[in-house]
Amino acid sequence: MRPPPFQTFLENHRDSVYRFLVFSVGPDAADDCLQETFIAALRAYPRLEDGSNLRAWVLTIAHRKAIDAHRGRARRPVPAADLPERPAPAVTVPDPGLWQAVGELPPKQRAAIVLRFVSDLPFREVGRILDISEAAARQNVREGLAHLRKEYADDEQRAV
Amino acid sequence: MTNSELSDLEAALRRGAAVDVDAAAAAAAVTTVAAADRAGLVDVAVSTVDSPVGDLFVAVTPKGLVRLAFDPERVLDELAERISPRVVEAPARLDPVRRELDEYFAGRRRAFDLAVDWSLTSGFRRRVLEATARIPTGHVTTYGALAQQVGKPTAARAVGNAVGSNPVAIVVPCHRVVPAAGGVGNYGGGPERKAFLLDLEGAR
Repeated sequence: MRPPPFQTFLENHRDSVYRFLVFSVGPDAADDCLQETFIAALRAYPRLEDGSNLRAWVLTIAHRKAIDAHRGRARRPVPAADLPERPAPAVTVPDPGLWQAVGELPPKQRAAIVLRFVSDLPFREVGRILDISEAAARQNVREGLAHLRKEYADDEQRAV
Repeated sequence: MTNSELSDLEAALRRGAAVDVDAAAAAAAVTTVAAADRAGLVDVAVSTVDSPVGDLFVAVTPKGLVRLAFDPERVLDELAERISPRVVEAPARLDPVRRELDEYFAGRRRAFDLAVDWSLTSGFRRRVLEATARIPTGHVTTYGALAQQVGKPTAARAVGNAVGSNPVAIVVPCHRVVPAAGGVGNYGGGPERKAFLLDLEGAR
């Protein structure tokens, strides 16, 4: 199956990639990551032979861009307060404390959690996107949940 | 750890699936397309231009205007297959085309200065269409006369097919080719549009 015109591909996957990014890197960085993801996709597009699972293909790229964004953040010594003021993010995330905790997970666990619960994908697809087996995808989700239970559920308990 | 805590956590995570991101994603995609265009990654830029004869689907490449169609059906696929899959909606790239078409429909422009990219046609068809492009505004010619002009005086029917295959309507003025017997004849966009364009140009 040949890939469709890039415009069609962009329209079909724009929202799901953006959603993945909002919950992987936060709403502030999602715009830049979306741009980097689709520009990387556009560069590779003419060489792409198989258009049968473009969602997995583009989410794999988005996952890599999310890792880059997290690394960049870790490297940046100065807090964001010294940067020029950014416009308010266009998306409001419910439960920011939870997503803060998700953001602090190891990259594979973080991506597996977001793909499983936010993108609502089956484990097989999560594995394909992260280039790991279905069992490893399950394992990453399980470990991610265990981490979150420690970091987050305790807070919840206290709050109640 | 109880099952209910587990499901609370999962339920909280799943709430992310219900957050409305569509408007923000659409806005980010517009910025993305502009950046892609600046990076020279858009091989075919497409958009629609509104006009008195309805929405026109237009496509440009770095070489020029490659497609102008009344019916957008299947055109994206055609461009992806025949030119490049890097087909992107980049309205800003179409501004010069939009400006000239606006002037034309307002009666302020007699000839287009737009470069035409002939990639979607070749051989005999291209020769016929290049001859068609030279028919001046306000004039018409017949299929037979055009056949003569391209050196195939007996090929009026083939010339008719070539004219009918025009990928760049209006700018390559196939509407100026009419039957010798009279009337406006056939047109890809329908005879009403052909009559409208000829009236606009003062050719009827």
